[in-house]
Amino acid sequence: MSFVTIESIVASHPFFAGLSEESLRVITARSRQVELPADEIIFHEGEAADHFYLIRSGRVALEVHSPRRGRQTIQTIEGGEILGWSWLVPPYQWRFDARVIDPVEAIELDGRRLRELGEIDHDLGYELYRRFAILIGRRLESTRIQLMDLYGSSN
Amino acid sequence: MAAVIDKPVDPMMPVPYVVKRVRRETHDTFTLEMVPFDGGPPLRFRPGQFNMLYLFGVGEVAISISGDPGDGARLVHTIRAVGMVTKGLERLRAGAVVGVRGPYGRPWPVDEQLGRDLVIVAGGIGLAPLRPAILHLLADRAAYGRIVLLYGTRSPADILYRRQLERWRARFDLDILVTVDRAAVDWRGSVGLVTTLLGRAPFVPEKTTALICGPEIMMRYTMAGLVERGVSEAAIHLSMERNMKCAIGLCGHCQFGPTFICKDGPVYSSPEIAGLLKQREV
Ligand code: FES
Repeated sequence: MSFVTIESIVASHPFFAGLSEESLRVITARSRQVELPADEIIFHEGEAADHFYLIRSGRVALEVHSPRRGRQTIQTIEGGEILGWSWLVPPYQWRFDARVIDPVEAIELDGRRLRELGEIDHDLGYELYRRFAILIGRRLESTRIQLMDLYGSSN
Repeated sequence: MAAVIDKPVDPMMPVPYVVKRVRRETHDTFTLEMVPFDGGPPLRFRPGQFNMLYLFGVGEVAISISGDPGDGARLVHTIRAVGMVTKGLERLRAGAVVGVRGPYGRPWPVDEQLGRDLVIVAGGIGLAPLRPAILHLLADRAAYGRIVLLYGTRSPADILYRRQLERWRARFDLDILVTVDRAAVDWRGSVGLVTTLLGRAPFVPEKTTALICGPEIMMRYTMAGLVERGVSEAAIHLSMERNMKCAIGLCGHCQFGPTFICKDGPVYSSPEIAGLLKQREV
């Protein structure tokens, strides 16, 4: 079995492609591999958003509670995808609950520290904001199309 | 006019079929299984083609054939009950008679795909016109590379052919990813737009042919997502929907830009109509 470091996993992920070795070292400092069982809550809406996750396998549901409909899943994040961007945008609080549906293997990264470092090292800050702006833009686009209710009425 | 008189069969004349079974699929869709009234074999069709179904005394409607092209016994259509004719068809029971004209239209180019990966992307009831293509591919499974079905629909209750999808999922030679736009937390599958499945699906873009059917907006974003992943535009095919009347290229009812969907389509390659799809009114 080959020994795989967090740095090599992050470096080979398309989201982090093109970053310098130094940036990758900074990004993966204080990161750790985590294994999360089904139904574990990764974060709750309103809590301080200090981390983000590179999901390696499994499935996480982003859930929101509405008084009329109860708990609803609005999106799932799955293997190969990034979970969490609220650590980068004020007020740095989670907007949704994140619950594990299928057991997850992930790398947890220290968002709060990167946010602070990005204030000092603007090159690093730019790279992070650019990547997350693309991710947030895509998710917004998907959400808008989902809201159009393309497939017709259901009741 | 002489040419029309010479034709052995009047293309506007429906052939009577008898309803054998009406199966409910979701709250607003159902599947009609029919056999010819005269006891002969049902019409032969190619995946992606459609028929005009005539509900006597009410009217006619274009419906894609959703059954197995290799099934020599029954003619199968899955229908969404939205208008007068389709709601009337929904009320039919075994023994009722329906007029059938067809099959019409350009089919999916399935026979040209030997050795290639196939990515089939369906949205909502768009799975119905793709089902014959999937069954056709599976009938000669070894002739193709990977086959991936990506299916997006509104909610878990709106999933079409649920039992068949579960059976297909158990196969090792077919990858099926399903996502819904919204779900209560008891749904343990994916939630999100069907295009998000493109990033999760296993296929080799350079040797992939894509077949897409669903709402036009969904098809537009899917095309863009496939091209971004490296699939050639010429290898992307989609099926268009319009109201049909004559279905034989005479009335112009189905006009889409310079083309008539009933005879030039309903299946087009992306380069043929990508420009038209981006225009607001065609
Ligand atoms: S429906 Fe008449 S021309 Fe196409």
